[in-house]
Amino acid sequence: MFLRLLRWFDDRVGGARFGRQALDRIFPDHWSFMLGEVALYCFISLVATGTYLTFFFEPSVREVTYDGSYAPLQGVEMSAAYRSALDISFEHRAGLVMRQMHHWSALVFLASMTVHLGRVFFTGAYRRPRELNWLIGVTLLVSSIANGFLGYSLLDDLLSGTGLRVAYAITLSIPLLGPDLAFGLFGGEFPAESIIPRFYTLHVLILPAVIAVLLGAHLALVWRQKHTQFPGPGRTEDNIVGSRLWPAYAAKSAGLFFIVLAVLAGLGGLAQINPIWVYGPFRSGLAVTAVSSASQPDWYMGWLDGALRLWPGWEPTVGGYSVPNPFLPAVVLPGLFFTLLYLWPFLEARFTRDRRPHNLLDRARDAPTRAGIGAAVVAVYGVLFLAGSNDVTAGALNIAPERLTTLYRVLVFVAPAVAFGLTRRICRELGRRPVRPVAGMPTHTIVRTATGGYETVPDPESASAASSSSSGGEL
Amino acid sequence: MTAGRLTVGHRLALSAAALPLLVAAPALAAGPRPHQTQQQQQSGGDDLVTRGQELYQVGCVSCHGVDGRGVEERGPTLEEAGPASADFYLSSGRMPAASGAGQPGRKEPVYDADQRAALVAYVSTLGQGPPIPDIDPARGDLALGQQLYTANCAACHNSAGSGGALGQAIYAPALYPATELQVGEAVRVGPGSMPGFNEQQLNQQQLDSVVLFVTHLQDPVDRGGLPLGRVGPVPEGLVAWLVGLGLIVVAIRWIGTRDAVSLTPEPAEAAEAAEATETTGDPSVGGDEQGSSP
Repeated sequence: MFLRLLRWFDDRVGGARFGRQALDRIFPDHWSFMLGEVALYCFISLVATGTYLTFFFEPSVREVTYDGSYAPLQGVEMSAAYRSALDISFEHRAGLVMRQMHHWSALVFLASMTVHLGRVFFTGAYRRPRELNWLIGVTLLVSSIANGFLGYSLLDDLLSGTGLRVAYAITLSIPLLGPDLAFGLFGGEFPAESIIPRFYTLHVLILPAVIAVLLGAHLALVWRQKHTQFPGPGRTEDNIVGSRLWPAYAAKSAGLFFIVLAVLAGLGGLAQINPIWVYGPFRSGLAVTAVSSASQPDWYMGWLDGALRLWPGWEPTVGGYSVPNPFLPAVVLPGLFFTLLYLWPFLEARFTRDRRPHNLLDRARDAPTRAGIGAAVVAVYGVLFLAGSNDVTAGALNIAPERLTTLYRVLVFVAPAVAFGLTRRICRELGRRPVRPVAGMPTHTIVRTATGGYETVPDPESASAASSSSSGGEL
Repeated sequence: MTAGRLTVGHRLALSAAALPLLVAAPALAAGPRPHQTQQQQQSGGDDLVTRGQELYQVGCVSCHGVDGRGVEERGPTLEEAGPASADFYLSSGRMPAASGAGQPGRKEPVYDADQRAALVAYVSTLGQGPPIPDIDPARGDLALGQQLYTANCAACHNSAGSGGALGQAIYAPALYPATELQVGEAVRVGPGSMPGFNEQQLNQQQLDSVVLFVTHLQDPVDRGGLPLGRVGPVPEGLVAWLVGLGLIVVAIRWIGTRDAVSLTPEPAEAAEAAEATETTGDPSVGGDEQGSSP
């Protein structure tokens, strides 16, 4: 019956041939190639939990009086958005676990994307013919960061209100365009009423659609161009060694899906995240000018917060216009960073004059300068990230925040230089050495002698011997 | 505990130094003293003050001076301290300080309740200062307390009451160990860099409400699992990376192959894949790409 139905569809739509070919697709299965998949599964978790949250969230700044079960806020005036977020946390069944899972998924989503980006960078996977997919990937990262920030801002609690205030000030700081841009984006003088409904549409409709489409394109390109693989015995620029999509790779991938969801659900149920009731409402009579200590953005915005915190109080005057203080650290710095990130494949091709197509990956050591540059970027990012949490780390380490700031101001220059030199050096050293994976694992054959004893005979040509004698798939 | 040991050593050294003073103490107390008049009105009377003065001469005089007028670069004057301040510092163990440097931290009180009462009585004879407030959280309103706390306290002590670093050797302490009375005293007195709030700024009911909210913070309605230190997104990010992504990376290392080079390519698969690989452009040499390093 089921087969007949399938056949009926195939007669009209076709696709059986494609399906059969697709199932036989080979995927290389190095563990680091699964990082992107982790991001995909986090996105699925985000969409699923997010959909649940939309049933109960009210994206409005309509003023209401809280009468729910959280005692310290009973009778307090607040926005409907904040109240509905409180109700999700305290009244609706599974509301809080969904909210927390959503937030954890967002953090892990961006973390896995970042690590995936690092893998692609350090192995040179973006080289021809995959520059286009690099551009799509970076756009995915930017849209996801933006969507993360929008989501965090929707709840209208004191912490996110503080974040929005900073974002508004940063937008204002853009020379000439700033005020118009800020009014345009935020819908008027801060805190304008239209922020929440406007950000809601962007957060649940427009940006998720953009991310989904780009994700589709990203995966389609991987499918069309085939995945890269690490060099090794039996692997060339024009073959792929790995497991078939069906059943081996599909099983692995489905398993990974469940593992990712289990980790996210575990975090959502066991670890508190963004307890908005602790922060209190942003829009309320007494609290509108208030701020809490330890106000930080989510981690993916932390490096920008750090740049703002490290930047000295300069306001240079250029051609009669004073350039507002946040402009350089919060607009120019990320602008420059993402521009360089977008252009990287083309810059590298220009500097190395290597425009050949590459389907085999580099290991980090094969390109010491690239590895050094990557390490330097990670170092700057790390220092800025730490600087963004200077008050929390100062408290935890019992060091004065000013001293930490001075330290970070020095480190932000020293750390990348050291990281660059050290990484390049280490990569060069490693590159000179024949290392185990390339040389092939030494293998031995155990021979049973006529008398019943055993003898171990080292294989003369380990790698090839291993491949010819092996019968069962991959290790 | 280091703090405790230091304090004992400190006090021993002090008592040795203050021996002549101790001998002279009764004479001093009997003599005409400028602040003696105020003390006369207080209940408990001379005994308590005298006893407090004796304790003062042993444990406090080296930094706060003989008449509580302070010693330059060692300790401030106590002429405007008053009972609330004395009780706050003594009952929270902040005084006597473990070391001369930095903000005195909370520790086990050095003096017991009777000794503290005596010292408070003595310090209140030294000048004018806020009295020990009358605190009853039951008279407060929790929501009002939340609002007042958010507007006035959260900027330093954090929304959750976990405190935070403020500047060079200055920090806002966590509010969890503070007693109701200590919170009330601190609000009225403004110890260290904290601003004090008098009756005009914060009336009795408002003060009771703030104290009520702080007691709520000490035992909050806490849903959602482990609170992760109650300092916001920094530990959350750490957990997302280390626990969230960490567990997942362990899982993918388990699922996927680990060597960059798999040593057992299945010949059949490799051959089949080679057939399906026409779109990847011209085949170039496999293995290490010498030319690709920038």
